[in-house]
Amino acid sequence: MTAPAIEGWFTTGADPALLGTRCTTCTTVFFPKADGFCRNPACSGETFEEVALSRRGVVWSYTDAQYQPPPPYVPATDPYEPFALAAVELPEGLVVLGQVAQGYGVADLRVGQEAELVVETLYTDETGDRTIWRWKPVVELGEETDQ
Amino acid sequence: MSGASKDVAVAGVGMHPWGKWGKSFVTYGVHAARAALADADVPWTDVDLVVGGETVRNGYGGYVAGATFAQALGWNGARVATSYAACATGAQALDTARARILAGMCEVALVVGADTTPKGFLAPNAGERWDDPDWLRFRLLGMTNPAYFALYARRRMDLYGATQADFAQVKVKNARHGLHNPYARYRKEVSVDDVLASAVVSDPLHLLDICATSDGAAAVVLTSVDYARRHGIGSPVRVKAVSTVTPTFPHTVMDMPNLSTDSSAVTGVPERTFKESIGRAAYEEAGIGPEDVDVAEVYDLSTALELDWIEDLALCGRGEAEALLRAGDTTIGGRIPVNPSGGLACFGEAVPAQALAQVCELTWQLRGQAEGRQVEGARVGITANQGLFGHGSSVLLAV
Repeated sequence: MTAPAIEGWFTTGADPALLGTRCTTCTTVFFPKADGFCRNPACSGETFEEVALSRRGVVWSYTDAQYQPPPPYVPATDPYEPFALAAVELPEGLVVLGQVAQGYGVADLRVGQEAELVVETLYTDETGDRTIWRWKPVVELGEETDQ
Repeated sequence: MSGASKDVAVAGVGMHPWGKWGKSFVTYGVHAARAALADADVPWTDVDLVVGGETVRNGYGGYVAGATFAQALGWNGARVATSYAACATGAQALDTARARILAGMCEVALVVGADTTPKGFLAPNAGERWDDPDWLRFRLLGMTNPAYFALYARRRMDLYGATQADFAQVKVKNARHGLHNPYARYRKEVSVDDVLASAVVSDPLHLLDICATSDGAAAVVLTSVDYARRHGIGSPVRVKAVSTVTPTFPHTVMDMPNLSTDSSAVTGVPERTFKESIGRAAYEEAGIGPEDVDVAEVYDLSTALELDWIEDLALCGRGEAEALLRAGDTTIGGRIPVNPSGGLACFGEAVPAQALAQVCELTWQLRGQAEGRQVEGARVGITANQGLFGHGSSVLLAV
């Protein structure tokens, strides 16, 4: 069975999106979800509504993991295959980290370029595939073949 | 907040050499404490406050330190406190001591930080913690500490034209600075080619761009200016400011161990980043400006991060740190030497000791005792560091 690696943080399906919360008092958006109390110091709000974040943003920075991270990271393959990471700034005014989509590395990224959210398999355990959000560089038509 | 009445005296400093020695943090801490007491020529029985920097285990507090050191030194009835502020632990401990001295509730305080550190990537404690960002960043993203350092390094390349050779040059400089520092763990010249030939850990950072983890200890004897005078220390190095400010919402720079930043959509982007605010608070408290600073000890968890700090402390404009580096301005003998101790590049990080080690180094620099690495004529020095969970510090010292 395919299921998210963490419950309630993102939607799956054709146009997946991160799920945050919006303070109903000051409208500040939080991801991961905030609940209980608003962290805007000027706001005493205590109620939130779930909100799907924009699926596209611009790359704030990026890197990769050339050595296998320690547990609780669960390696997807044996032997380990390095993967890239990106921090992407969304129109909601926050930056969200994520792994970079399969098949893309640091050579495909630059600060300021557009990236889009996709959902892919993070690792597989005894119950099936565990999925996660990832950032996929948005490549203009024609650019891809140049590379 | 400025003025002589807000000063406290650094009467003595001491360290245990950094390395991997396989002993208890108590052994290192007592060694450093005794060295600091001897340096101050203050008897242990005069100490009326002990503040310990709690050891760090994977981002969280470990062993209670204050009472442990007090007992190991032999109970003397002193009051006791323990601080935990991740990488800023030592500075927070120092600030606790300073506040009590300035309030007139204590005259002689001993501040000690010591730790042992495991090898390799710092990783979270065992067990599943689905509500802990420090656990989730590994589980969901495989996001190690060097990966965060690499994000900052890459921004310097894409925004300001920094190169991997620039980062390597920071290591070359710091390795040279630390060559004759008896407390440094690594005392060996390194070339740009050595750095570039080392394995890439997280692009664009090589293994030699990233600081190691070490055992080590540092201690400071802090006294009232009046006690120092009575004790025959006429013109001691003085603590002019200790900044331990937290971020101001929205904290918009991607920060360890978080998976995201605050949103600036409602409140707007703050005037200063968290790291800029750390140094600024120290300058404001001291009534001293960046133009007055002669020497800086900054937290070079990575080579590239040293360049960020130089700008965060307003020692040059944003995007200008590479130009300073290339001109030799940050080398001993240059306009504003940075990390004359050799920095974390030569020490490796021993978390609760590190902010105090910065204070020890600046004390030696301002006294003119930094043999083999002296910044000539240094009168004002500043430290800076930042750690997990909104902790950071900057200490301003002057003679």
